[in-house]
This record gives sequence, C-alpha cells and structure tokens, in this order.
Amino acid sequence: MSSLLAEMADKALKLNIPLSVQLDLTYRCNERCVHCYLDHDDHGEMTTAEIKHLMDEMADAGVFILTLSGGEIFLRKDFFDLLEHARRLMFCVKLKTNAVLIREREAARLRDLRVESIQISIYSHRPEVHDAITLIPGSLKRSLDAIRFLKSQGLKVIIANVLMTQNMQDYPSVRALAAELGVECTLDPTVTPMMDGNRSTVALGVEQSALRQVFRDTSLVGNVDEFCAIPPPAAENDLETIPCSAGHTACYVSPYGEVFPCVQFPLPTGNVRQQRFVDIWRHSEQMNDVRSIRLKDLTTCPSCSHAGTCTRCPGLAFMEGNMRGPSTQDCEKSFARTGIPSANMLAKKNAGASLRNANLVQIRALPTSVGTSPAGAIA
Amino acid sequence: MSRLYVARNPRVAARSLDGEMMIMSGRDSTLFTLNKTATILWQSADGTTPLDEIVEHRICTEFEVAPAVALQDAETVARELASHEILQISEEPIPPRNTVAGESR
Repeated sequence: MSSLLAEMADKALKLNIPLSVQLDLTYRCNERCVHCYLDHDDHGEMTTAEIKHLMDEMADAGVFILTLSGGEIFLRKDFFDLLEHARRLMFCVKLKTNAVLIREREAARLRDLRVESIQISIYSHRPEVHDAITLIPGSLKRSLDAIRFLKSQGLKVIIANVLMTQNMQDYPSVRALAAELGVECTLDPTVTPMMDGNRSTVALGVEQSALRQVFRDTSLVGNVDEFCAIPPPAAENDLETIPCSAGHTACYVSPYGEVFPCVQFPLPTGNVRQQRFVDIWRHSEQMNDVRSIRLKDLTTCPSCSHAGTCTRCPGLAFMEGNMRGPSTQDCEKSFARTGIPSANMLAKKNAGASLRNANLVQIRALPTSVGTSPAGAIA
Repeated sequence: MSRLYVARNPRVAARSLDGEMMIMSGRDSTLFTLNKTATILWQSADGTTPLDEIVEHRICTEFEVAPAVALQDAETVARELASHEILQISEEPIPPRNTVAGESR
C-alpha cells in the first residue's frame, strides 16, 4: 500500500468511512474450480437498477476502491453498463475474473473505462494442471490469451496464484510466466472454507512441509532469516490494534445485497435491499461488534508468541466458530514460518494429550526495540 | 486576456474524504490528495464556468485573498493538475466526453 493510501486509510478509519468495498455481481461461473467457496446458482441476484442504486449509495458513503468480483463478472450481460456507471461515479475500479470471456473488444472497452487493475486466477503454467483445477478444458489458454489482450491495451494485470497440493510445485513457473507476460503475480496459500460452512475445500490446501518450503524461498520472502525469525514479543500497543480492515474501512456485498465485513467473513450485517448501505455500515449491531474487537480481547491469541506478527484472519476464525478465537489456518502459517507452534495449537494438543507431539513448545524471543514483520509477497 | 476553462478528467478515480479530494491518476494510478482550495477548484471544474468566475464566486468567498492573487494561484494549481492529467484546461469551454462524464462526490 502506498504511504498516501495508508494515510487515507487511517483517515477513513477515524471517520468510519468504508474506503474499499468488494461487490460480487454474481455467483454464477463458467469454471468449476475444485477449491471454490461458492455455489454457482442464481438465488436472486440484484438487478441492474438495484446495483446502480447501491453504487450511488456507496459513492455517497465515501467508498473509493470498488472491486467487482464473482462468480465470473463477465457472465452478467449488463457488466459494461454497471462498469460505466461505476466509473461515472469515479470509483477506483478493480476487477477479479478468470478472463475466459475477455477478447480484444472487451480489453479495449476496459481500457476506455480506465479500470485500475484486473486480477486473473492462474493456477499453473501447465494446461493439464490449471484445467484440472478449473475443470474446463482449454481454460488456461483462454485466460493467457486474455492477459495478452489486456496487456496490449496497457492495462495493469495481476496473476493470482492460489497454492494447493495439486499445483504447489508449479508456482516458480507461474511467476516466471508472469514476468514473461509483464504482469504482477501474487501467491496465496490460503484455501477458504465454503460460505455455507462446509470445510471440505480446506483439505486441498498445501501441507505444512510445503508451506515451510514456500516460506524459505528467497525469491518470495527476501531475507529468510528475518522472515522466519522467532517472533518478537507483542508490544502493549500491538494488543490494542485492530485485526484487519474488515468492518473498519472495508466490507463485502454479495450478489443478493447482503453486507458482510469481508468476503472471507460471512457474518450477515444487513441487506441493501432493505436498508441503506450507509445505515448498515454505521449502525449494524454485528458490524459494530466486529469493530469493537482488539487483539487483547481474543480468547487465546494475546498469550501467543506470534501475537505481534500473526496475520490472523478474523473471518477464518469466525468460520471456525468464534470471531474472537484463533484462526487455525493462520496458526499453521505462523508455525510453518517460524517452527514455533501457536498457543492455539498447543492448547489443542494439550486437550488431545497426544504424546506424539510432546515436543511442541513455545519459544519466545528476547525483547528487542526493532520489530520484524512478514514480507508482503505472500497473501 | 483570454479566459481559461477547466474540466475534471473523467479518466481519474476520485472521492472526497473529509472535505479533501483523493484522486488516482488514470495514467499510472498515482494517488494525489488535494488541499481545500484545490478541492474547490476540482469540484467547480465543470468545463463551462471560466476559471476567473470559479475564483471569484467559490474561492474568494471562502478565503480572504485578493482576486488577482487568487486567480494567479488557481492558474498555477490548474496547470499543475493538468500536467498530471487530473484536470483538462482550455481557452474554450470543454464539452463533456462521450465515454463517461465523471460526477464529483
């Protein structure tokens, strides 16, 4: 994040303004990715008029960054009509798409409308791996063709590479492909449970040993010793910090008008079909509950060695059953990074009284004046 | 002396945050923030109101400043913003573009 944008985010936080919103236009999709957290049926999407009205309300509420996602956004026949409306309202528009439906004409239209960036999911440089994840033969070729069309129009493209056991070994080649195409590449080792709570998708995620390998790749994390160091103890002000921007300067709206703190945080806070967006943002009991949480209020995390450096996701914690509890997936990331189990992992082991893992102990670093934080290459 | 006209460039992204505009360049996504005076200039830049009228009716009424000095400053700011493709300036009124005409909020 640029320093000016960080400054704006601080200001928005103080003023309780939703600076950034992800709006999913549809859950329908032309791919069937094995790890997807959505169902792909239409349960009554908002109409064109409803979405335009919502955009008007969001602009009035101060939303600046509008991410349009899905499902596959280009399946909406009114997509360009909605995008034009969004740009007329001067949103900074980012898109998330599989790009299968983007050809030269669509790329040129996106350039004319000055979309800020287009994030495209690429799972592997090999069709047999990528297409086996999307379950659509030929999808890698279509997506890569689209990236070339978009690049030829001078647009900013970001490849999003979700890491799973199925494609884990291919990420260096995906990054090389991104470099060759002249686009950015982000890596995300987190596979989220489905929005209905079904956790079967989580099993597709990379294993500890693979995650450890990723966290020791200098091309991703820079200085491995620093990145994987024993975490420094949490400072007192760390315990007063907010977990992330969800519900503070950002939120998510589903195709049915439901408002949530984040796409990864399925706590319903209201519906724009019944209430004004700004009223949900400001007055929803659930949104204000999320806002009230500080690190010191969490059940297990304040006493954890990783408290000051953990990337705990409150949404994943919510899906585990308690938004004030730990997120085991993030505990596992901290463990893979440093080799030190989290307080949550220890508590679970103790509860299970397993002797097999009796070597799990927490190690705390001596207090230092210089803190370290995880590098930003990995989401 | 010819009059100057200013218009918001519809290619940028923009939003008012606590009375100050944050603007993202459509050229390279650089983020800018405008101070209160530049924000008034931006919000008044409809392409049809001459800059001297904007200064007289919107800026001099808000700030204690001599009109001639204010106009000179406003011209400098307008040219600076135009160099970043945030504003368009012309000696003729600027019609709205056919693509998307930005609404200032």
